[in-house]
Amino acid sequence: MIKYIFRRLLYAIPIAFGVSVVCFSLVYLAPGDPLQTILPSDASADTIAMVKAAYGFDRPIPIQFLKWLGRVLVGDFGESIATRRPVLLEVSGAMSNTATLVMFAVPLSFSLGYVMGAIAGCFPGRMLDRAITGTAVMGVSVPNYWLGIVLVIIFAVEMMALPATGMGANGSTAFSVFRWSDDRFLVLPVITLSMVPIGIIARTTRAAVAEVLNQDFVTTLRAKGLSEFAVVRHVLKNALPQVLAVMGLQFGYLIGGSILVETVFTWPGSGFLLSKAIINRDVPVLQGTILALSMVFVATNLLVDLLQSMIDPRIRRS
Amino acid sequence: MAQSPMAQTMSQTAILDRSPAEGDEQVAPALKVRGYWASVFYRLRYDPVTMFFGAIVLLIVLAAIFAPWLAPFDPYRESIIGRLKPFGWKSHLLGTDELGRDLLSRLLYGGRVSLLMGVVPVCIATVVGGGLGIVGGFAGKSVNTAIMRTMDVFYAFPSVLLAVAISGAMGGGIGNGMIALSLVFTPAMCRVAETATAQVKSLDFVEAARATGAGTLTILRHHILGNVLGPVFIYASTLVSVGILLASGLSFLGLGVRPPTADWGLMLSTLRQSIYVNPVICALPGAAIFVTSICFNLVSDGIRAAMDVRM
Amino acid sequence: MNAISPTPTPIGPPPPAADFERDRGGPAQPLLIARDLRKHFKVQGGSAAFVRAVDGISFTLFKGETLGIVGESGCGKSTLARLLLHLLRPDSGELVFDGDTVAEMRGITVNALRRQVQMVFQDSYSSLNPRMPVQDTVAFGPYVHGKSKADSRAVARSILSRVGLDPDLFGPRYPHELSGGQKQRVNIARALAIEPRMVILDEAVSALDKSVEAQVLNLLRALKADFNLTYLFISHDLNVVQYISDRVLVMYLGAVVELGPVDGIFSRPLHPYTRALLGSRPSMNPKQRIEEPPITGDPPSPINPPSGCRFRTRCPFAEPVCEARIPELGAWTDRASHVAACHMQVPGSGHSQALGHG
Repeated sequence: MIKYIFRRLLYAIPIAFGVSVVCFSLVYLAPGDPLQTILPSDASADTIAMVKAAYGFDRPIPIQFLKWLGRVLVGDFGESIATRRPVLLEVSGAMSNTATLVMFAVPLSFSLGYVMGAIAGCFPGRMLDRAITGTAVMGVSVPNYWLGIVLVIIFAVEMMALPATGMGANGSTAFSVFRWSDDRFLVLPVITLSMVPIGIIARTTRAAVAEVLNQDFVTTLRAKGLSEFAVVRHVLKNALPQVLAVMGLQFGYLIGGSILVETVFTWPGSGFLLSKAIINRDVPVLQGTILALSMVFVATNLLVDLLQSMIDPRIRRS
Repeated sequence: MAQSPMAQTMSQTAILDRSPAEGDEQVAPALKVRGYWASVFYRLRYDPVTMFFGAIVLLIVLAAIFAPWLAPFDPYRESIIGRLKPFGWKSHLLGTDELGRDLLSRLLYGGRVSLLMGVVPVCIATVVGGGLGIVGGFAGKSVNTAIMRTMDVFYAFPSVLLAVAISGAMGGGIGNGMIALSLVFTPAMCRVAETATAQVKSLDFVEAARATGAGTLTILRHHILGNVLGPVFIYASTLVSVGILLASGLSFLGLGVRPPTADWGLMLSTLRQSIYVNPVICALPGAAIFVTSICFNLVSDGIRAAMDVRM
Repeated sequence: MNAISPTPTPIGPPPPAADFERDRGGPAQPLLIARDLRKHFKVQGGSAAFVRAVDGISFTLFKGETLGIVGESGCGKSTLARLLLHLLRPDSGELVFDGDTVAEMRGITVNALRRQVQMVFQDSYSSLNPRMPVQDTVAFGPYVHGKSKADSRAVARSILSRVGLDPDLFGPRYPHELSGGQKQRVNIARALAIEPRMVILDEAVSALDKSVEAQVLNLLRALKADFNLTYLFISHDLNVVQYISDRVLVMYLGAVVELGPVDGIFSRPLHPYTRALLGSRPSMNPKQRIEEPPITGDPPSPINPPSGCRFRTRCPFAEPVCEARIPELGAWTDRASHVAACHMQVPGSGHSQALGHG
């Protein structure tokens, strides 16, 4: 078991390294001189020279990468072109706001999706199954930004029940989860963000449950005289590893999909920061945000794998 | 020495051997034997749901192709007074957008861009990723590890994030968007192809082909490819709906085509400002994306069910 | 549900006359000589152990005979079959086909070997390409060896009719549209399509129902006579091996333990393992019941076979000399030789029962 954990950790390192290489090369994808992408257009000649030396633009690319990596590891992501503030500050502030959203979206979508999928899987072919599967298909195909807009139209424009945009009446710094007046701002973004994961998790759970139900050991359990409830418990336990894997991926989706949802709701999270950075051509922020978000995803996958190995003894032994 | 038990039994069954040719397989009329693809279509024909949604997909595609002939108005013609008008105003069937342009025409033209940006990356990814996956799956060992580990790095990014990152860094635009999406889909395609190839390679008939003296390329062409293209094609068809969603998402963020080109995602983004004035119109481009995506999804599910028969 | 179809009289062109040009070595030269073949597989997971699947196998295959190879699961039979066709490369050892060494400078290439030796696989669901019609599967062999598509098709059709399948009826069919016996006939047809001289049958009838098995065995016998073939018949089923073989080779844990003519092996087994194997066959006579298990214990792992004689851990006659020295198979001179790798067979080996057997 320890060996597996160790091996899995070891495997994550080259992946993290590869991710950082990709993030690093983003600067070079941009058309034009890389130096111009990280400096504001009105920078003085001194600043330009200083940055050039610090970043090593006159050196070969591998050296530049190592310099960049060294800076990143101590937390220096450069400065935002738009706000002149350190990127690290911007990103960490934004990520905590995204975390608020995700904190609610994850339990909602995972539990709802799992329950729906389990019910559908246990009663295959019946009306309930068809209804759930239909909802799941729709959830998977819907563009979440459009769903957000539709919800805003229904609840904010027509019914005026919930706010359309923003994070709290007093801005994000004063936001508190414990105040209903602030919580109102959470409702629509969280629902929007949860739609697609609910669909995917429901689908996967249904397939996993249906597959496990078909296995011979379930027939044996029933023949032994176990109550249907106890049988279902066994089945759900066996279907869990497969579903966990998908949940881990969905966490990544939430991180990535937050870009679109936060733009719709003007929620000042990392996704919104990213889209602003795109509009402003603010490459340091772009790079920093993407690096931070993808590292979170890598860490999440690692955790999910370890969790899976704890639940599914087959993985441990392999 | 006594006869072996087997020989005793065999002499008894020999009686059966010598009976006249009553084997019904020999005299029965020849079956109508269908090819594999023919049998897939045959099964599809009796799947009304898939057929229905397939027809809708066809309609959408045709509408996009024939947009120049079908569109009632010029999608770029603006009108200052005719902005955000409701359905049916002055023969604008679906109203007008925030610059007075006819919405129906823009939807039709927008379909071309959205479909293109959704389908082309999937095709590129299928060829490149599928090719790499087949090579890796067949070569095995170090070649396979090298290819798959590289793909794993790209897999470590959430797809939206990667698409936005690459497209954003490159500066947006339809070409960059397609490149970004191709890069997002290639690792997934590669994985599917590699798994399928490795699986097929381990089957007995491949060994039998080797035993016959066939070389690598011959085995790949005649035995492996036919069995691998199935799963690859199925997966590619599921990717199309994702591609349309992602492509529109990129346009929504401003990373797709530039205005005034019509594109569903871009339209959604620009119309967003006007939801208080005419909410229904603003939802239309998104509805187009939704309907297209769901139809592609259901059709690919149906194709998968038809192709997945355990042969 | 398929009616039992009779073994038909062959439809099609008469079998080729004895092909002297193909018989390079002459009638006295054994068709195949295997010398000390070894194949070890590295154990997954880092430890330095090896699975000794085939550990020093030597035997001779004479022209025109059927050599049956028997053994339990895990004894290395299938690995041996693949070594003989170089589908797996032997770690050491030599293979001589009709006087030419295989894969050596002065000998024949593996490709040339594969033109003369073919294999019939067990009828698993994956033995035939599910996407290829049967006649294309059978035509693949001749096509690979240079025939045109049309010629390969014609050869395939003629071979299919020889194995008892009407090419018009069965040619365009897909494997999932065939029964087990029919699929196995296709496997045989595929092997014979390139006109080999030797056919290795790896558990070729093991997956078939008994009645179908009987037909296929009879078909194999008929084809052997018509095409002048030499068979290497691998099976775990003793009855089948007894029925079809001229000589039998018994394998245990990667090594040969006994070799001899079929009558000798089955009536007077020399090796304790062979005796135990034969003794474990239930009799059709209810009065002859087996009271005690003829062999006990699990076979040892091929990763760490016992030192000396591999069978000594389960042998009722084991003695210290069995642990000390590996018994040799003994020299065989012709088809009638009957030898066993047992110290009891060698006079003066140090075993208390070593009397030399008649």
